[in-house]
Amino acid sequence: MFGSAIIVFRESLEAALLIGIIAAATRGLTGRNLWLAIGIGAGLGGALVVAGLTETIAEMAEGAGQELFNAAILGIAVLMLGWHNIWMATHGREMAAQAKSMGNAVKSGQREMSALAILIALAVLREGSETALFLYGLAAGDGSSRVSMLSGGLLGLAAGIGAGWVLYSGLARIPLRHFFTVTSALILFLAAGMAGQMARLLIQGDLIRPLASPLWDSSSLLPMDSLLGNLLHIFAGYEARPSGMQVLFYTLTFLVILFGMRWSRPRIPQAT
Amino acid sequence: MKALVLACLMFPLAALAADLEAALTIKDHRFTPSELKVPAGKKVKLLVSNLDSTPEEFESHELNREKLVAGNGKATIYVGPLAPGKYPFYGEFHDKTARGVIVAE
Repeated sequence: MFGSAIIVFRESLEAALLIGIIAAATRGLTGRNLWLAIGIGAGLGGALVVAGLTETIAEMAEGAGQELFNAAILGIAVLMLGWHNIWMATHGREMAAQAKSMGNAVKSGQREMSALAILIALAVLREGSETALFLYGLAAGDGSSRVSMLSGGLLGLAAGIGAGWVLYSGLARIPLRHFFTVTSALILFLAAGMAGQMARLLIQGDLIRPLASPLWDSSSLLPMDSLLGNLLHIFAGYEARPSGMQVLFYTLTFLVILFGMRWSRPRIPQAT
Repeated sequence: MKALVLACLMFPLAALAADLEAALTIKDHRFTPSELKVPAGKKVKLLVSNLDSTPEEFESHELNREKLVAGNGKATIYVGPLAPGKYPFYGEFHDKTARGVIVAE
């Protein structure tokens, strides 16, 4: 029971934390909850479809289908997170100043939310399909421990959701003055980490070269299966043995989004 | 960002040379062989066949790899080029029994 709880917890944690951050970062946008619900619902539905198609997807692209599929999802997620941060650099200040969405911000806020709903749907789809497969394997298994394993899975899912909620309420407590700085920084690292994962998948499918592999090995200092290593992996894309290409993807994404945020920041505080 | 994605797509999609292949089988939530020897310094194409009806996730922090293998399914995972040494891997969904190691030499 404990084992299955941990596996489902790990799978659901990433999506739950992403939703927590996005939910916090979009505080005050009109219709936020509806969009979040649409994203999560679509993601869960998609997860079941993808779980059912695992074998088909895996066989595509000469065995690299799973990698391509997940890399594409990560690529879209990186684009949307990057765009969100750049959008926030433009509109965040006025929203902070007015505390609520107003006039001009509402229309572009809706576009922003619909894009984020897609992002959330993709995150839920990716992590959810793995969880669904794992739970399906348990349900199909013939052990008498099936019930305890499945309840363990549900426990893990609840813990994952709980972690997302804790992050959300923690973020919501940050004073507005620092709020957008904190969420933007979190999202910047998150996006860079996803770009790194994307590179890892493309290397695993032999679609791109690893360059130096590994570029460094910090596994004795901070192993991936330690709590801190795991958290840093989720939040900031930490890898104990990254390939050169992963680091390249990570750094490029980080810099592109950072410069995008700097450039789009209004020069005059009163800009629309 | 678009430029970045385009750049990714532009990378050569085809493998250049014939790949070295190594096979792993999953049965009763165990890997066979549990110790797999591969040459060091070469890219290796791992072919994982899952003979169980339940899915498994091949995972290795040492190899920096993670991949789902559907029940009664197959998966291809490229690893390396590896420095000489031992690289443990495991099946995340049955990590008590599904364990093995790749030895690069």
